[in-house]
Formats: sequence, structure tokens, C-alpha cells
Amino acid sequence: MKEGSNYKIPKNEEKQHESGVIMKILIQNGRVIDPVAGIDKKMDLLIKDGKIIKIAASIKEKADETIDATGKMVVPGLIDMHTHLREPGREDKETVRTGLRAAIKGGFTAVCPMPNTDPPCDNQAQVKFLKEKAEENGIAEVWPIGTITRGRNGKALSEMTELKEAGVPAVSDDGDSVEDAGLMRRALEYASMIDLLVISHCEDKKIAGDGVMHEGYWSTVLGLAPIPAAAETVIVERDVRLAALTGARLHIAHVSTAESVDVIRQAKKKGIPVTAEVTPHHITLKDEDLKNYDTNLKVNPPLRSISDIKALKEGLRDGTIDVIATDHAPHLVNEKEQEFDHAPFGMIGLETALALSAALIDEGYLDWKALVEKLAVNPRKILRVPGGTLKEASRADVTIIDPGRGWVYSKESSESRSQNSPFFGRKLKAQVTDVISGGKIVLREGEIK
Amino acid sequence: MGDKNNARVLDKDGIKRVLKRIAHEIAEQNRGPEEVAVIGIKSRGAFLAERVAKDLGTIKKTEIPVGAIDITLYRDDLTEIAEQPVVHGTEIEFDITGKHIVLVDDVLFTGRTVRCALDELIDFGRPAQIQLAVLVDRGHRELPIRPDYIGKNVPTSTKECVEVRLEETDGVEEVVVTNEKKI
Amino acid sequence: MKRRSKTSAARAQWTKKHLLGIEDLTKEEILLILDQAEGFREIIERAIPKVPALRGKTIVNLFCEPSTRTRTSFELAAKRLSADTVNIAMAASSFQKGETLKDTVRNIEAMKIDMVIIRHSSAGVPKFLSGCTKAAIVNAGDGAHEHPTQALLDVFTMRKHLGRIEGLNVSIIGDIAHSRVARSNIWALKKLGANVTVSGPKTMMPARMEEMGVRVVYDIGAAIKGADVLNVLRIQLERQETPLFPGTREYVKCFGIDKERLAKHAKKDVLIMHPGPINRGVELSQDAADGEYSVILDQVKNGVAVRMAVLFLLSVSK
Repeated sequence: MKEGSNYKIPKNEEKQHESGVIMKILIQNGRVIDPVAGIDKKMDLLIKDGKIIKIAASIKEKADETIDATGKMVVPGLIDMHTHLREPGREDKETVRTGLRAAIKGGFTAVCPMPNTDPPCDNQAQVKFLKEKAEENGIAEVWPIGTITRGRNGKALSEMTELKEAGVPAVSDDGDSVEDAGLMRRALEYASMIDLLVISHCEDKKIAGDGVMHEGYWSTVLGLAPIPAAAETVIVERDVRLAALTGARLHIAHVSTAESVDVIRQAKKKGIPVTAEVTPHHITLKDEDLKNYDTNLKVNPPLRSISDIKALKEGLRDGTIDVIATDHAPHLVNEKEQEFDHAPFGMIGLETALALSAALIDEGYLDWKALVEKLAVNPRKILRVPGGTLKEASRADVTIIDPGRGWVYSKESSESRSQNSPFFGRKLKAQVTDVISGGKIVLREGEIK
Repeated sequence: MGDKNNARVLDKDGIKRVLKRIAHEIAEQNRGPEEVAVIGIKSRGAFLAERVAKDLGTIKKTEIPVGAIDITLYRDDLTEIAEQPVVHGTEIEFDITGKHIVLVDDVLFTGRTVRCALDELIDFGRPAQIQLAVLVDRGHRELPIRPDYIGKNVPTSTKECVEVRLEETDGVEEVVVTNEKKI
Repeated sequence: MKRRSKTSAARAQWTKKHLLGIEDLTKEEILLILDQAEGFREIIERAIPKVPALRGKTIVNLFCEPSTRTRTSFELAAKRLSADTVNIAMAASSFQKGETLKDTVRNIEAMKIDMVIIRHSSAGVPKFLSGCTKAAIVNAGDGAHEHPTQALLDVFTMRKHLGRIEGLNVSIIGDIAHSRVARSNIWALKKLGANVTVSGPKTMMPARMEEMGVRVVYDIGAAIKGADVLNVLRIQLERQETPLFPGTREYVKCFGIDKERLAKHAKKDVLIMHPGPINRGVELSQDAADGEYSVILDQVKNGVAVRMAVLFLLSVSK
């Protein structure tokens, strides 16, 4: 029976049922954390036909597959609202298939690929292409993000209504800010008309210049061209003002500076509809870590100072920052083996996100419930996509985490097509052991099914 | 100094006497109108050279030019030696071309140091002659080198070590043969 | 063996395989290089200025940024030590040819090279190379990061003229932000106990400069006053694409070093240094560059001796 699932990838839940692969999955003895349902206790979970059909203190029922989750966390499938799958255009770096496999390894049952592909995702056909690719693989959901401007050229609005109809939950020109403030104002205005979320990559390219790292003591010592914190914050400030002006829902991507956190905090206080995300690497690594010139640490926005990191963590604690998202950005080894100035920005992050984020629990910034909110619940609320709960009748996307398990991230075990991670060889704590996506076991004891 | 294994072969007076004799021999050998200059091999050879030059000057009633040569950069075992070599610099402030150069060292052993010094001297100019004076000749030559002036012949085994101690470097004046070979 | 002197036993041992920057060096290591350089200065003056110390060694000058001065100085240093030298000039980015930097080094290594002297416009390249080759790496300037041999020759020259480094007041003037010479000099001078002042337009001053242990002043008079040494940096006129100062005239007015300014503020015997090449009439006036306290040509001469010392120490590193 089990072997069948290896060869026959079901298109959807109905087919799975008809083909007679696993119908019933029972998860026992795990600590179920579902912030939406207000659950945080030891419970059993029964899954049938792609849906959660029962959640109770103890379920005594015969299942096709039983997972013993003793000592583990059973949480709604995680969602990464900021991923680069590189398809179409740079399939040498990542594909929908390899990206989704990496996502599953990291506990994500859904990802939002950013539209800076080649060609950019600025029309219905592109959205459909990505959705079809995802369905072919059938292991995780894909919610493509569309562009704000046509061709991501920063000059004219993309056809947002058409994009929304095709199923995009948000638009973004990620990789660049919409430099023209007047155009950004119109984009927010237009998006608000159809209640579409706008995700802003905040970077003033003129201020950032040819900078490659955070401006501070370490850029001075290392002699690397600096990017001041203000390059980000001035655009955060600008876009928050424009959100206030237009009433559009604005989401700030990869917040990295203390000042940005502050601007967002004040905006939220005033009731401006703004939300924000931070990446696991921006709260784990600091500018000083660049002292060996490891190009895998070259990211945009750059790794910031210790005080920025502290502010980001405070932002997560007090809710100013709603979401943890990876900004998984695959690049080839030979591109990263360049001079620091010439290497591309970005690191992969899907497989390490949960472990790096879980460190916040040990540090006392978040508890498990809050962490699940940042990784599974809040992104879906912001994007207005279904899921993020284990309530009966909801789609069976479940991630099982062993919170105490130590593990070492290795190139051999990585599913991503690219290897630009600074975390290889690093000892991490908290590992995703099992993932059920759409009622199907896709990860079992750390192995992709 | 009172080590039982150490045999003293020259004391303060002995060194003084021997150097004086060498100076006389040099004067004897270089009786013509040619200019003589003395160059010591750093570090102890340099101090000996100064003394020989002084004695020679007294005999010849003229000032004898004296220099010091550091052979570190000419060694043939630079990368193999256990201790890190230190360059002290060569000090020859006169033109050696056409002169009779007396090269002075404390101990003549394998001859490799002298080989280095000869190579280095040639890089400074073309002396008319190079002669060699040593305080102690302990034998065991590895190169065809023969001293013109010898303070004292000291037959040794290769395991032994000949140490020349001078006021300037060691605070005492003596030549001892020790048993343990120093690295 | 008998040649061992008393002083050498007390000295620091040279254990570094590479010379990547001054930041990595201890005070003792810096002093060791300076002391050794004294011994090498004499060789340059000889009838045949060449010693056989590095005979049989092959040194590559890998220059990925135009430089005549530093390359010639290194080449001369290597040749005076009897090493074989190969000059390779390359485009700043090997990626333009589809070859990674690592490939370049592996190619060089396949040719059995003992040392690579690297100059590159990107900071961190020497460090990167040191991780992927067995050859010793000598940093001949990487981006705005470090230029260790320039700093060593600068402090060598200062010590030669003033007899010491400790307690000296040294002012570095110019485009500090883009200057590897400034950074290496600051590390060397601070480690040896000098007081360092930096001065230049605020647009050319990097962030949080004071945290490197230096005084920052924007008044040139204050930078000159009380200084034992003025190390004047070259102003990169070619960087004018993104203007960091309003123009040459304004720069000369605010930060140019000339006779009048020196007469007004400077100590009588102030030493004027410049890493070259000089923009005459910009950062240094003609009369100041060629004046009695200018030791600029001496720096060039000392550069060869210091580089000989570096190449020698790296080759006998334990």
C-alpha cells in the first residue's frame, strides 16, 4: 500500500481516496498547539480523506497509519510567505519541485513564491503555471505572489484584478522597492480597491548605493561598502504614510532595523493597516559575523547590529512583527564563490527556519503558541488564505516537531538545489520530523515520502 | 661554568694571546703595499674581528678597516633549521674591491658558514684576496675550506659542541668543549 | 648553530603563514618585521643588491587592480631575495570570464607557486584565497580593507626618523572611508602605542570611526597641530561620479596641506608622508611634497626593505 504512494502521485484528495492509498492517519500523544482553536494540550488527531475529522484527548480507532508523537509538538502546517523558487527562469538554482521538497523538510506545507522570476509573475498565465507545477508535485501548497508593476519594471501597474482572480493573495516587487513614490501611492490605492495585500521590499537604492553590508563599526573595519539602516527605514516610513493615505493593507518584507520596528510599532498604534515579517537569519546572525567575508552571509537587507537584532526580537515579542518568513533565496555555488562585492545577495532558509526561530523560545522572547502564530497562523490571516488550524473539517496540513532534538544541517540532507547556507555544519535544536500535507504523509521521520 | 662535562680549552688570557698571534701572522703575510681589511662573521666573529683589527693596526701603525657580515640570507638550510633565522644586517662601510680581506670567525667546523660568507663578500665587490682566520678549528669539514690563521686546533667528536663565550655576548671570556650537542 | 645570538631567543617567533592584514598581527609580530627590515635595508645599497635567501621559490604577483608602485616594490623585493617572480594582471572580476576566483587560485596552485601577492579592488579577497590554496598569501591591498605592507613601511619610516612609535601623534588626512592605507596604519599605530587622529571631509569618514580608537576632527588645523607625523592620503578624483566633496578647489581650501598651513599649525619638525601617487596641488602642495620634512621618497625605499622582510619571514615561518 505504502509503496503505491511513491509511484502514484494523487492530483487531489478525491483521487487519493479512489486510489486507495492511506485514508486514515492517527497522530497520538503529541502536544497539539492550535492558537486559532485555543488548544495547547496533549491530544490525538484523526485525519481522513485529506481532512482533520477528529481531535480529542484520546482516539481509539484503527488507522492505516499511526504516528506516535509522544514528546513532540503537533501544529498546523507552517507557511512561508516569502520564498524564491526561481522557476521559471533560473531552474539551475531552484525549481518548484526542489523548493517544495525543501519546504516540506522545514515543516512548511505552503509557500508564497515571490514574483521576481524570469519572466516575472505579472499575469494570469504565470500564476497558473506555478499552481500547476505545485499540483504536479502535490506535496505542498503554492500561493504565488504577483508583481506590483508590470514586468517588475517600476513604471506601470500590473493587472492586479486579473492576478487576484488567478489566485494571488498579494502583490510585491520584491527584490526592489517601487522607487517612484507617486506610483507606489497609486499601487496601494488600486490594491486597496480590490482588498489585495501589498508586500513592500523597503530599500532606497540611492542611499544603499553599492553597499554590501550593514553600515556600522564592522563595515568600517572590514572596508566593505556600507548600507545604512536608513536605506530601509526611509522606505518603511514612506510606505506606512502611503498606507495611511490610501487605506491599503501593507506588509513590510524582511524588516531588519530597530528604526523600522519602531516605525511599524507607531503605525500599528495609530491603526494604520500595516503588518511585518522578519527572517530567521536576521535574528540569528549579526554584521560582525561577516569578518571572514563568507559570501553566504551576504543578504539583502544586510545582517544588522546586535542592537537591531534585539529590537527585532522585541518586535516579535510585542507583536509589532507578525510573521517569520524565510526569504529563501537560492544561488549557485560558483556565484557565491566570487569576491564579496560581486557575489549575489541571499541565502536559502526553508530547512533551517523552524530550528533558528525556535531559539527564540529558549531565549524567552516567544512561547510555542506565539511561534506557531508567527509561522502558521498570522501569515495566512494576513494573506487571507485558508488553513492554519487543526479544527475538525479543516484541510489536513499538520507539522510535527521534536522540540528537543539536536541535529546538524548538512549539504547531503538538503533538498534545495542550491547550497548557499551559512548554517551547514551548525548544530541546531528542534527538528521537523513528520509533515502531513493535504491529508497525505509527505515527511515521515525526517524522510520525504 | 663549573660543569664537569665541560672542558675549557682557552681562558681569557689564552684568547687574548692567540688573537695577538694571529694579528702578527696576518701582518707577516701581508707585508706589501696592499690594503688589508678585516671582516667578522656575525655575531661572535664580528667581535673577534674588531680585536684582531685593533692589534693589526697597532702592528702596522695604521687604522685597519673593519666590517661585519651576517650570513643568514646565504644559508643553504634556511627552511630546515629548527630555530627561526633572524637577519641582523651586514655592516661593511668600505669598498672591498682590490683589498686583502681577512675573514674572521670564532669556530671553523663544517665550512658551510665560511662558504656563505665568501658568496656574500663577492656580492659586495671583488677583493684581491680573501684569507680566513679562526679562533678554533674543530675539524669535520664538509667543504674544501682551509683556514690561513688558526688560534687553536681542538680535535672534537661530532657529538661535542665548541662554545666560544665572549665578554660582549656572554659576559665571560672562554672557549669550552661541551658534551651535549645543543640544538 | 653557533651563530645564534642572545637577542633572537627573546624575539617573537613568526608563525603566520599569510600576511592578510595588520589587524591579525600582535605588537611583537609587527616589531619583528620592522627589526628584520632594518637588516634588509642594507642589502638594497650593495653593489650586487641580491641575496640567495628565496632561491628556488616562485612568487606570483596577482594584481587585479592597476598598480605600478606596489607591484614594482614587491617584485623588486622578491628579486632581491632571488625568488622567481611572475606577474599576472587580471580584470577585477574573474566572473566576467565565467571563472570563479577559486578557479583562478587553483590554476595558480597547479603551477606550484609558493607565494601569491594579491592586489584586488574587493575587500576580503586575500582572506578568501588563503582558505583555498596551500600557497602563502600576501595582501598587497584589498578594496578599502587593508594594505599591510604600506602600513609597515610607514611605521618603519616613522621609527627611522623619530626613533620610536609609542607616544607619537600621527594624523591621517584624506578619504578615510575608502582607504585601506588608513585602516592598516591605524591598526599598526594603535598596536605600537601611537595616538592617531583622522581628518577629512565628513562624507569620506566611515561610520563609528572613533571605535577604532582614533580621534576624528574635521578642522584641518586641529589635525596638524601637535602632530609628529602627517600621513596625507591620495584623494581619489576618479571617485567623483558620486561626489563626496563639492570640488577640488573646495577640498584644497579645507584639507589641502601646504607651506602656509604647515607654518601656521605644524610642529617645526613634522614629518610629511604620502603613500603615493601624489595629486600635486590637491592633497599636498608642490612645496609641501618636496619640502624638507617630506620623507616620501624614503618611504618608497623602505617599502622594498619591509617587503623583503615580509617575504623572508613568510618563507621561514614556523
